[in-house]
Amino acid sequence: MPAYKRPSSLMPMTTGYCPGCLHALATRLVADVIDELDQKNNAINVVSVGCSALNLYSWAGDVIGSAHGRAPAVATGVKRSMPDRLVFTYQGDGDLAAIGLAEIMSAANRGENFTVIFANNQTYGMTGGQMAPTTLIGQKSTTTRFGRDAATTGYPMQMCELISVLKAPVFVARYALNSPKGVMDAKKGIKKAFELQLAGKGFTFIELLTNCPTNWGMSPLNTLEYMNTNTIPYFKPGIYKDEEAEG
Amino acid sequence: MEKRFMKGCEAIAEAAVRGGCRFFAGYPITPQNEIPEYLSWRLPEVGGSFVQGESEVASINMVYGAAATGTRSMTSSSGPGISLKAEGISYLASAQLPAVIVNISRGGPGLGSIQPAQSDYLQATKALGHGGFRTMVFAPATLQEAVDLTYNAWDYAERDRNPVLILMDGCLGAIMEEVELPPMKELDYTVTEDWDLSKRNGREDSHMITPILPEMALEMLNKFKGMTYNMWGMMDVKVEEYLLEDAEYVVVAYGIAARVAKEAINTLREEGYKVGMIRPITLYPFPKASLDNLDYGKVKGIIDIEMTIPAQMRDDIELQVKGRCPVHEYGRSGGMLLDDEGVYNAISEIVKGGE
Repeated sequence: MPAYKRPSSLMPMTTGYCPGCLHALATRLVADVIDELDQKNNAINVVSVGCSALNLYSWAGDVIGSAHGRAPAVATGVKRSMPDRLVFTYQGDGDLAAIGLAEIMSAANRGENFTVIFANNQTYGMTGGQMAPTTLIGQKSTTTRFGRDAATTGYPMQMCELISVLKAPVFVARYALNSPKGVMDAKKGIKKAFELQLAGKGFTFIELLTNCPTNWGMSPLNTLEYMNTNTIPYFKPGIYKDEEAEG
Repeated sequence: MEKRFMKGCEAIAEAAVRGGCRFFAGYPITPQNEIPEYLSWRLPEVGGSFVQGESEVASINMVYGAAATGTRSMTSSSGPGISLKAEGISYLASAQLPAVIVNISRGGPGLGSIQPAQSDYLQATKALGHGGFRTMVFAPATLQEAVDLTYNAWDYAERDRNPVLILMDGCLGAIMEEVELPPMKELDYTVTEDWDLSKRNGREDSHMITPILPEMALEMLNKFKGMTYNMWGMMDVKVEEYLLEDAEYVVVAYGIAARVAKEAINTLREEGYKVGMIRPITLYPFPKASLDNLDYGKVKGIIDIEMTIPAQMRDDIELQVKGRCPVHEYGRSGGMLLDDEGVYNAISEIVKGGE
């Protein structure tokens, strides 16, 4: 049993995420997988805007910050120029599913050979908890004070479902990080996505359901239960597309 | 040197490849489509990448990503598309990434018209994006000059770790002229490997490319950039001074407007009128000294001729003239072209009006 230690891709410092935030866990999972694949010196982390931007400072490997929503475009430029590097974006739901919708769908549709790690916490954490494209119906936010109303704001965007109907992506999966099993599955999924990329197979998309104790206004433990009863029934974990699956 | 008869857009595309460009991302917009069309087949021939982006916004960010790997990268567009790229250009400046942006400009504002205009001077020289940064702005008047400026643009971009803008109008993009094409440049990745993400030099340490900085670091970056802009003013001004020696009237014009104005000046010279011209080749840094050092005991008037209304370069001119003589302006806009007769008449009226 290997010792549980800090992954080499993370700086020896705190991440800056709020206590109980699953962003920190998501980042750690990515870093762990990079260590396991011995890719620390080969990986390029394309960071987005939002809480995920905190990764700029805690990431010990090569890292590039990008404009809000544009990480898949930046990653396209990086990967096309350096095809042998392990390139991934790390994006939140406001970044990916609202302002960056064109970039994510187009990169997925081109089958760009990089991996997208999508942390979906159903809120704009960094700016103080406004409604995200993924905010659940009835979920309160600073711009939906009485709960999200589908009549005026539509429905939460299900990105795995959208991306999996495209022809080019090779692996599309969603995991919930509110349980040990979900965390273990997520790590396997991230590893699989990175391995597919390194084998030159094409676009891979990993959605991680996370929480936001600060802006949901709950204790971290309560957010995990809220995810079980509200988030997971709508954003169903699972593998949505696996072009390389055997059989 | 290889000579070819080429269309403006294709000439700068070929010059870019020869100047080391190995990545291009762009989105269709008239009148610059021949640049992406040409590079879509030409870049793969030399091991480069071409991506037709889903938008101008995506394209400039692809360039941002490619530039971060030390790959000479370019995008091109026209006014409305350059506005969309503004965010990304600002990020390039902030993250200190070299890249070349081409604006084949058309009538504005708004969707404007697809016909040639010089309506983007202010955008190009004052605020190509938010946050108060500058880029060098090259404004060629002939296709040969466009080829030469494009060919060397990355040398400036990499020296300064800053984007460079090439501003041409739709006329220059569409006309055909004979150009001498310089040889393919040797790619020299050592220039960028100290900071880029490539690890081409086999380094083990990691690099961070960031468009966001802690406040103190950002202020330091801005001070450094300020010094860089001052250095441009001292070292990098390019200007053509035409028949200034005895000039009593001085036309200031760039790009296609300068070509039309030169015809009118030659005619007026034949008629015995002492007219000369200052043609900025770098719009930024602006050739301040050329205007400041005129003999205002002799010069009776400055005539700013631009293919836009109202004139946009006029403020920069007046800052150097400092009220020492009247400044006039003449132009066409919206995609209506300057022509020989109109420009001759405009200059002539001012020059002969003093008699």
